[in-house]
Amino acid sequence: MIETRDLWVRFGPVAAVRELTVTIGEGEWVSLIGPNGAGKTSALRAIAGLVAYEGAVELDGRDGRGLGRRERARLVAFVPQKPETPAELTVAEYVLLGRTPHIPYLGSEGRSDRAAAQRALRRLDLEDFAERHLNSLSGGELQRAVLARALAQEARILLLDEPTTSLDLGRQQLVLELVDELRRDGLTVVSTLHDLTLAGQYAERLVLLDGGSVVAEGAPSDVLSAANLAAHYGANVRVVEEDGAVFVVPTRA
Amino acid sequence: MAVAAGRAKSTPRVEARGVGLRAGTVTAIFLVASMLVGFLVGPVHIGFESIVGSALSHLPFLHVHQPLGSVDRAVLWQLRAPRVVLAALVGGMLATAGSAYQGVFRNPLADPYLLGVAGGAGLGATLAIVYGATASGPRWTVPLAAFAGAIAAVVATYALGRSAGTVRMTGALVLAGVTVATFTTAVQTFVQQQHTDVLQNIYSWLLGGFSTSTWSDVTLCLPYIAVSSVVLVLHRRVLDVLSLGDDEAASLGVNVGRARLAIVIAATLGTAAAVAVSGLIAFVGIIVPHTIRLLVSTSYRAVVPLSLVAGAGFLVLTDVLARSVLSPAELPIGVVTAFFGAPFFAVVLRTSRNIR
Repeated sequence: MIETRDLWVRFGPVAAVRELTVTIGEGEWVSLIGPNGAGKTSALRAIAGLVAYEGAVELDGRDGRGLGRRERARLVAFVPQKPETPAELTVAEYVLLGRTPHIPYLGSEGRSDRAAAQRALRRLDLEDFAERHLNSLSGGELQRAVLARALAQEARILLLDEPTTSLDLGRQQLVLELVDELRRDGLTVVSTLHDLTLAGQYAERLVLLDGGSVVAEGAPSDVLSAANLAAHYGANVRVVEEDGAVFVVPTRA
Repeated sequence: MAVAAGRAKSTPRVEARGVGLRAGTVTAIFLVASMLVGFLVGPVHIGFESIVGSALSHLPFLHVHQPLGSVDRAVLWQLRAPRVVLAALVGGMLATAGSAYQGVFRNPLADPYLLGVAGGAGLGATLAIVYGATASGPRWTVPLAAFAGAIAAVVATYALGRSAGTVRMTGALVLAGVTVATFTTAVQTFVQQQHTDVLQNIYSWLLGGFSTSTWSDVTLCLPYIAVSSVVLVLHRRVLDVLSLGDDEAASLGVNVGRARLAIVIAATLGTAAAVAVSGLIAFVGIIVPHTIRLLVSTSYRAVVPLSLVAGAGFLVLTDVLARSVLSPAELPIGVVTAFFGAPFFAVVLRTSRNIR
């Protein structure tokens, strides 16, 4: 469970996130949406503890500031928009790095760590890729490897910054389906997503940010209104609702 | 049981490759062979059996007869042995420090002199040669001054880099290193030009070498090199985590700033000690780690420990070349490493263009 109260993230005189107060329940998938520069990534990074913030972030009922780095990393796994994937590491080696918060600073992996990495590989159907080098993987396979590394961390909260960037349509769905399966296993997921239709289909709740502040929050059908998107994205869209799903279609004025 | 049966079907290797038995054995043999060559080669012929016999005669309870006369014994144990041992220590240290710097700065072309060690040591040594060290003075004035100069330069670099902000710390540090190196080199050149009478001494120190090595050089640098290489080898997995970038390493619970500082301090202390007793030996810190990367693995779990062993062997061999090619004259070892290093560097540049 994640709770932020009156969360501010500032870069010098600029506030990237203002007064963000959200509660995300266990096993829930919440997506942060908003135009470029709305503060989505900064909010995620504050929850992950990667950037200084004011206000409070509670993770599983514990104040984020009271958690040590390693403790926090055992609670929260963070996948950045463009993860570094050292070309020559094997998939297994890369996924094993996800065990870092469970391994003493100067230690190395034990049997339980290898078992956890193996489970993560199996969960993402990557067992046959274990000994492949990262630079030999396709974009979709690479994103699965990144997810496997986050999964090996065995954190209960998964933060995903634009997990579908640079994937084709089919791979986008594949990755989001995988994340949804992980959520059903009990993970709490917070993501940022540019594609609003996908965001509406996978997340249970959307938080629309603009200028660092929450301007709309709720079920996809409430947040993804043509009026909201015109006001905050400056976009002309038609919103189609069919069988409970929301489709956001850009149109020319 | 079911688990075991399932595993037997297909067991993917979910482990980090690390050093590996083959690469470890080959590298160890390379080091031993290099040291043996180092003991065997020289103007005075001393055979393999005599060397082994002489070594064994030093051990208690074996009662092996000392096969060598006093002159040969002195040549072997007071001239060649400290030289071989020192070259091994320095080579291992420079290669390990180079691999660590490349990891911390995520820059394949980083070398142990990146943060100004070379310029600072050069200035320290030059000042000592010009103002302090006379023929009658203690012979370790120059190494100590070089050591102090190297540490002072890196401290200056770190202070300058920090003041530029922590967000782009690695980039700021590299720039600060260039600044400090340029400045110390300028001062060093100025002092050197003022004292052309000792130009030869300064020049031969700068080019580096082991022609005057003694056991006291070994004892001078051994503690630093031992501690430094142990710390760096222990950080091999941390270096792999750092290769994911600051953000991801931090999200995995690593205190990136502190890890980087620990690695830089260890690498710098060791490098400064090595430079103090051997002068500036170029390229070892780049050639050796990159050879390991090309031949074995790019994971620091392999690169750091193997660089230590391979670097030791490499510099011992290079020193043999330096003292035998123009024998009885000696080539500065820096010339030999650069002669092999420069073409290799070109190859690395060409291939690393593909990586990033």
